[in-house]
Amino acid sequence: MNNDEIRASLLKRSRASKNELFGKIISGLCIAIIVAVVVSIFYFVASKGLATFFHDKVNLWKFLTGTIWNPSTTDAQGHPQVGALPMIIGSFAVTFLAAIVATPFAIGAAVFMTEISPRIGRKVLQPVIELLVGIPSVVYGFIGLSVVVPFVRHTFGGSGFGILSGTFVLFVMILPTVTSMTVDALNSVPRNYREASLALGATRWQTIYKVVLRASVSGIITAVVFGMSRAFGEALAVQMVIGNAMLLPSNLISPASTLTSVLTMGMGNSVMGSLSNNALWSLALLLLIMPLIFNIIIRWIGKRGAMH
Amino acid sequence: MKKKLITLLGLTSLMIILSGCGLKQSGESITAVGSSALQPLVEAAGDRFTEEYPGKFINVQGGGSGTGLSQIQAGSVEIGNSDLYAEQKSGINAKHLVDHRVAVVGVAPVVNKKIPIKNLTLSQLAQIFSGDITNWQKLGGPDQKIVVINRAQGSGTRDTFERWVMKGRSTMQAQEQDSTGMVRQIVASTPGAISYMAFPYVDQTLRTLNIDGVTPTDKNVQTNKWQIWSYEHMYTNGKPEGLTAQFMKYILSDTIQDEIVGEMGYIPIKDMKVSRTLTGKVAAIK
Amino acid sequence: MNARKWDKVATTILYLISIFIIFVLAFLLLYILVSGLPNVSWHFITGRSSSFQAGGGIGIQLFNSIYLLVLAMLISVPLSVGAGIYLSEYAPKNWLTNLVRNAIEILSSLPSVVVGLFGFLVFSINMKFGFSILSGALALTVFNLPLLTRKVEDSLQSIHYTQREAGYALGLSRWETVIHVVVPAALPGIITGMILGMGRIFGEAAALIYTAGQSSPPLDFSNWNPLYIASPLNPLRSAETLAVHIWKINSEGIIPDATKVSAASSAILVLFVLLLNFAARYVGNRLYGRLTGVKERK
Repeated sequence: MNNDEIRASLLKRSRASKNELFGKIISGLCIAIIVAVVVSIFYFVASKGLATFFHDKVNLWKFLTGTIWNPSTTDAQGHPQVGALPMIIGSFAVTFLAAIVATPFAIGAAVFMTEISPRIGRKVLQPVIELLVGIPSVVYGFIGLSVVVPFVRHTFGGSGFGILSGTFVLFVMILPTVTSMTVDALNSVPRNYREASLALGATRWQTIYKVVLRASVSGIITAVVFGMSRAFGEALAVQMVIGNAMLLPSNLISPASTLTSVLTMGMGNSVMGSLSNNALWSLALLLLIMPLIFNIIIRWIGKRGAMH
Repeated sequence: MKKKLITLLGLTSLMIILSGCGLKQSGESITAVGSSALQPLVEAAGDRFTEEYPGKFINVQGGGSGTGLSQIQAGSVEIGNSDLYAEQKSGINAKHLVDHRVAVVGVAPVVNKKIPIKNLTLSQLAQIFSGDITNWQKLGGPDQKIVVINRAQGSGTRDTFERWVMKGRSTMQAQEQDSTGMVRQIVASTPGAISYMAFPYVDQTLRTLNIDGVTPTDKNVQTNKWQIWSYEHMYTNGKPEGLTAQFMKYILSDTIQDEIVGEMGYIPIKDMKVSRTLTGKVAAIK
Repeated sequence: MNARKWDKVATTILYLISIFIIFVLAFLLLYILVSGLPNVSWHFITGRSSSFQAGGGIGIQLFNSIYLLVLAMLISVPLSVGAGIYLSEYAPKNWLTNLVRNAIEILSSLPSVVVGLFGFLVFSINMKFGFSILSGALALTVFNLPLLTRKVEDSLQSIHYTQREAGYALGLSRWETVIHVVVPAALPGIITGMILGMGRIFGEAAALIYTAGQSSPPLDFSNWNPLYIASPLNPLRSAETLAVHIWKINSEGIIPDATKVSAASSAILVLFVLLLNFAARYVGNRLYGRLTGVKERK
């Protein structure tokens, strides 16, 4: 082999580096497509949702704090009645309550599956949990309607429809998601953490509580936020049990409504481009923005919690 | 294995691209979109149509009257189904739309079976839905709170009910449901519940009420003695042509009107003794 | 109380929680199966649905569900794996990457009805795909991508960096390390993500109502030419899936046996998700074994 050939082979891109470039381009292309989808959805929802404020001249503050939702009629001053406060409160109430109820259960089950009995966990709990994700929300809704609503009616009074029933249904719906993500978080804690703790003479519970859970706080928080986002965006099942009354909820057992339930109910009945339709898109925009705020709040709490 | 996978992927994407580019498909089809109440009827008629004329397909979609009217106005479908006159919907310019009234449907108030009341006056009914009467005791029933279940804003059934019962009074904020199936299930299972629904959906799980002594039957609707009814509309953008025209004619033919429309609980248009205009003027049909 | 007692108490509580969860889940499953299975028959599984008489089946709906699932996974799995690889292995750690990550996370909580309307306006109307399997598959892709991407990224991230270093030490490029070392090792996690995704697709209704549509025109199972209008494979025909069918007969359907049909359909749906789970797990384990040389997942 003469010098020229060696030089050429050294200066030429190797097969591996070509491969490398190829890989980078392919994977970059994939993420570009996803980003394009994300951006177009944001643009799409924002352009429709903001039309209520720019095109139909609804006051943003009135939209957020008004309590009467009746887009086809106008109030005494001739402004359309699009007050979203009852739905905003309803959405937040069911989401937070469901998350508060579901979190301890999810963490408990996840700890059981990873620390106490991985065998039962993987053989029994995990398949069942994955299966539950596949049950359509309509089915959850119908079970809610035929089991949860009568239960609430007999136990707590009222008609049975309301935030409490919504909370129960959402609790069962987000439990699988939160649990399986928490399991992932616990599994990613390195084994030597546990071994070190046990070697120091800590009991299993002390290891779990003081080492494993502490080490996976951020993962658990992500799981809970994810579950809350799902609860916030869930439509069909909640719509069936919450009652859909656009009133400010005064207690947990009177009919209320959520952003999604109003959105799903109204979409087919309104005409594209009309105010009633645009107002619904504004609700969709709210739905997009809210999880963002959850994220920020919970991350902030997580950071503060992690310091101690 | 990788090669096979890639070939498969390539073939699929080729197929998608080919068909996506609008390579001429064999067969002919039109799409009808809109009112979910009208959907089963049009679907049944469409199935029959395909059986009789192989290769011609009717695609029937729900989505609500609002969607149907928006889409027919935008020209993206051939037929828009609606429970309402296009003129009643804000945001719709009805000028270019041609109305085909294919059936009539009556709407009846329904209550939970445990409520022993059989008859109400029109004004009592209106007072229940406006929130002025809140207990069945006031109407001669048991001491039981009235649970009002309304339909979603903008739904055709609610519009019909409000127009002929409320007559301009506003309904109170109450539970709302967007589908008849849900309403039926809730009224059947909730003590003291009252709502309203189209005749074809009424079954033994709940009870209908008479209004001022008139029973909600097809006969009474045909003579307008029972006033709470509406037309089911199928709109086309301009005069229907080709397959659309053929299908519209088919759905208005006697066979379909008798065997499907009547069978499903709707009232065939030709059985109506009266007609009613958009503004509510009633005239006898000779 | 000392640490040992606490340990006992905590363990008991954890057992109780797990039993409670198993109980709730078992109740749900049994409820669905017990109320549904008695109504399932061969005729029901293969028959054609009826629009107003009793005795309809779900044959076409079931086929549509499976076909749609396959199409949607064909589009979304390669995309999400690529995107996950980029995010986990190539993306620079800066605010832009974080923004993208957060945006994807937010997208995953988007109510499916919004995804459905987005798909309706973009795929069905703007791209003129109409109410079709293709629009449905694309909408499901939009709906499923964020979750899958996230899951892929997470499972790649959880692979220890020493594995990558081992790859580099062998003279592999970064891409080769990813493909031959990291992805195979992360396969179980990716498969779990896919199973969750498939379950969600199979059970999704709201995103499909406006895209794949709610009608099931008669199919001609003897003609598999994708361009024939009544061919089962035609991606431009409208296709009602099982979940949409359940939703439809419960909302405005007037068939007299709606409760029975919907209970039976739910049972079939759950059984299918179960079947998919087992199949995916089996294939995943085989693949994992073949790619990494590990006999069985520990």
